[in-house]
Amino acid sequence: MKPTCTILGAAVIVMLFPAARASAEEPLKVGLVAEFSGPFAGYGKQIHNGIKAYMKQHGDTVAGRKVEIILKDTTGPSPEIAKRLAQDLVTQDKVDFLAGFGLTPNALAVAPLATQAKTPMIVMNAASSIITSKSPYIARFSMTLPQVTAPIAQWSAKNGIKKVYSIVSDYAPGIDAETAFNKAFTPQGGEVIGSVRVPLKNPDFAPFVQRAKDAKPDAVFIFVPAGEQGIAFVKAFTERGLRQAGIKLIGPGDVVDDDVLEAMGDPTLGIITTHHYSAAHEGPENTAFKKAYAEANGNGSRPNFMAVAGYDGMAAIYEVARKLGGKLDADKAMAVLKGLKLQSPRGPIHIDAETRDIVQTVYVRRVERTKGGLYNVEFDKFPDVKDPGK
Amino acid sequence: MLSSLPGVLFDGIAYGSLLFIMSIGLSVTMGLMNFINLAHGSFAMLGGYVCAVGMARLGIPFLATLPLAFLAAAAVGAVLERSLYRHLYRRSPLDQVLFSLGLTLMSVAAGTWVFGSGQQPVHLPAFLLGQVRIFGIDLGVYRLFLIAIVGLITAALVLSLRRTRFGARIRASVDDAQTSAGLGINVGRVFSITFVLGSGLGGLGGALAIDVLGLDPTFPLKYLVYFLLVVVVGGAGSIAGTLTASLLLGLFDVAGKYYVPAIGAFVIYGLMVVLLLLFPGGLRWGAR
Amino acid sequence: MSWRPAEIFFWIACLAVFFVFPLHLVLASQVVITGLFALSLDLVLGYAGIVSLGHAAMFGSGAYAAGLFAKHGWGEPISGLIVGAAAGAAIAYATSFIALRGGDLTRLMVTLGIGLMLYEAANQMASITGGVDGLSEIEMRDLLGLFPFDLGGRTAYGYSLVVLFGVFCVSRRIVRSPFGLSLRGIRDCARRMSALGSPVRRRLIAIYTISGAIAGLAGALLSQTTQFVGLEVLSFSRSADLLIMVVLGGAGWLYGGLIGAAVFMIAQSLLSGMNPVYWQFWLGLLLILAVFFSPGGIGGTAVALRQRWFGRPT
Repeated sequence: MKPTCTILGAAVIVMLFPAARASAEEPLKVGLVAEFSGPFAGYGKQIHNGIKAYMKQHGDTVAGRKVEIILKDTTGPSPEIAKRLAQDLVTQDKVDFLAGFGLTPNALAVAPLATQAKTPMIVMNAASSIITSKSPYIARFSMTLPQVTAPIAQWSAKNGIKKVYSIVSDYAPGIDAETAFNKAFTPQGGEVIGSVRVPLKNPDFAPFVQRAKDAKPDAVFIFVPAGEQGIAFVKAFTERGLRQAGIKLIGPGDVVDDDVLEAMGDPTLGIITTHHYSAAHEGPENTAFKKAYAEANGNGSRPNFMAVAGYDGMAAIYEVARKLGGKLDADKAMAVLKGLKLQSPRGPIHIDAETRDIVQTVYVRRVERTKGGLYNVEFDKFPDVKDPGK
Repeated sequence: MLSSLPGVLFDGIAYGSLLFIMSIGLSVTMGLMNFINLAHGSFAMLGGYVCAVGMARLGIPFLATLPLAFLAAAAVGAVLERSLYRHLYRRSPLDQVLFSLGLTLMSVAAGTWVFGSGQQPVHLPAFLLGQVRIFGIDLGVYRLFLIAIVGLITAALVLSLRRTRFGARIRASVDDAQTSAGLGINVGRVFSITFVLGSGLGGLGGALAIDVLGLDPTFPLKYLVYFLLVVVVGGAGSIAGTLTASLLLGLFDVAGKYYVPAIGAFVIYGLMVVLLLLFPGGLRWGAR
Repeated sequence: MSWRPAEIFFWIACLAVFFVFPLHLVLASQVVITGLFALSLDLVLGYAGIVSLGHAAMFGSGAYAAGLFAKHGWGEPISGLIVGAAAGAAIAYATSFIALRGGDLTRLMVTLGIGLMLYEAANQMASITGGVDGLSEIEMRDLLGLFPFDLGGRTAYGYSLVVLFGVFCVSRRIVRSPFGLSLRGIRDCARRMSALGSPVRRRLIAIYTISGAIAGLAGALLSQTTQFVGLEVLSFSRSADLLIMVVLGGAGWLYGGLIGAAVFMIAQSLLSGMNPVYWQFWLGLLLILAVFFSPGGIGGTAVALRQRWFGRPT
């Protein structure tokens, strides 16, 4: 057995050796943990596309180090896979940043790891308020659900919508949205006359929409995960004749996600939502972003709010690298991130120094048919919205 | 809430009809050949994609895509039955489950690769959209259409089973394959033709279902549970049983979601467990 | 208890993973945990002939029980294991009365239905289980007071391996005992067994409960080593993947579940990294080929090959 032990021991040392070499010219590694397959495949894809757009525009080197993105697929809401992938990224690849996180459970599972391994974690989509409180090394560049939901309640109350029927998917973000809407709507004089929580994997919204119709509200408040559920819901809403009955459809922008808006078609016309990013937003940063996005990912592809979060997250990573001269230290990185101000394609954003969460402008938009297709056209806004959930 | 009852009943019957047409092929296959074909959803998905692609890329009107969906699924069913399925009729249920699960996974992967993982939108012709007011209730036109089509197909199935010679052969083979073979019925051919028909009906169901259930490559896995539910509760091989089970499950699912949405999702599984405990062999009764 | 040389080699190889793949211990510990879960299904499927598509119900119950136990009380690992096993056994026992009725297909559907209902229930009770967001902030105390759960997964792997070995030895005893033999009789022909006076139903309930305990144990291990419980521990895909693993490895052979789990998870980890669509496609193709060319899975094929080459009966 002895020779075998020596050989095994030697093998171990050989394997560990590369890790012992650390030099400043080493690439800046960003571990992207997100969904690239399964029903949420669009999430990881958009985030990655946003990152590619940023790197196309600003090059792939910062502070003398080449930026390397390592992709890891969580395949869906699978916290154990997400945690394992993050562990691999931290121990084997020795990444400088953990980024991505399209879904809340995956982000929550990885949070303690960010603390244990002292690696900054840049959240680029997951939207539950509690995420940033789970580790001092988390900074979020996407949004929180209460942050984008409260404004629609405020806008509706000011614009003649008094009675609302609420339909949300029965899972934590849905319940968050329902609570956030209630909290912001009722003090303004509005009344939620009924509410229903729909199973998460629900194929057919007809009975729920019918219930809403029978209650005769001024508007229906809807929150379902972006993509398939949004399509199914809008179809049921149109089919049941709620629009003809004069009932409006309001909610946070997830239901009219830019990624699927065109495919959803005309039934979406007139839907009023509040969100932090619309591909139709007017501004030089957005124009440049869309151009870089199309160059990096193929003409005709449209960025959505997940892509812009990926873009801004990368911008932050580059900023940290620049400010620290390429020598990354987790605590110093967090110090740079706290209070960081960026002019994003979505508008001005900054990271709250205490909560490390994003503060941004939330726009009120309506789905309209423009020359380029169906878009969420902004017509009002609420600047500097903090996450009310904290 | 009673005023909403007729609307809920109507929706439940429409949903049940859809379940029936998607599952009847599976029921007959399982009852006739004792073959647990979990890949049945793949045939439905194929029919759905034929419909969606036909309309979006080839400009074929919706109603015309329906027979195409049927034929495409039937054709693929014929090929697979000849080459693969028929070698497994005598194998254990576990082998059949694994084989059909493998086939399902391959079809899902193929669907993702060819069509992408997103939803396929389908835009129904204008005359199938909207609602009509009958006896003071708003009824969805498309759901009326669904009920009508399924009614026609059920009638056709029942008539052909009772009145035609082929139907008699099927009934005989379901009752007792050995004796039927002994009487000179080509049981192998009956199996093949039934499988092909069943797959075709599944494909038709898939095309009809797009507007109600959506269409993406994970369709076969997502709705597998519902098909199996209907077949097992109704009793494989029994048309009346499958119809009853579909309608019951459709009604309870819709009613559950409407009246008690908090536990709406439970209702259908709870009902299944209860029915299976009471009728372990399924609800089979009456005509085959 | 006679151990064949191949078996001894197998367990030494498991130990060697510590040295040969020190950077992959996290994946290795999850393979071991899944192997334990597969063992529980193998006991009922391969030895007693119960086809279950809802085993995740017991796994998930154990995971949540251990997770909640550590979060709200007592982070000591071993007691958490006992709680998890008890939860799994309780669920199995309670549902055995309905799950074991009827024929193969009915059992398949009923176990499936129970699994789905439990999933919905856990989602509904989000205030306790965390719902879709999952149960986080589970802090585990050091194992035996000596080994903290480290980032590299070393403690996790050692811990899971020891538990697996222990349960394996117990299972070996069970299947070689008269009780185990009677189960095989029941699998092959239940009617004859009850004609022989064997209490068929009681035996089946017993093995189903034992299997539930082992599944719960595996679930508890998962929550302790990952310090997280997600809703998908109760999902249908977990049960379905497990069935595939057991049959691929070879049902009716204790190593079948372990080898099936190892092959499945390692292949998935490698292939998913390359292209996730490929994984599904090749897995499907593999299943079809396995059904046609090697019924009895890897174990069955190995036995058949051995007979052909060495002419030795098993």
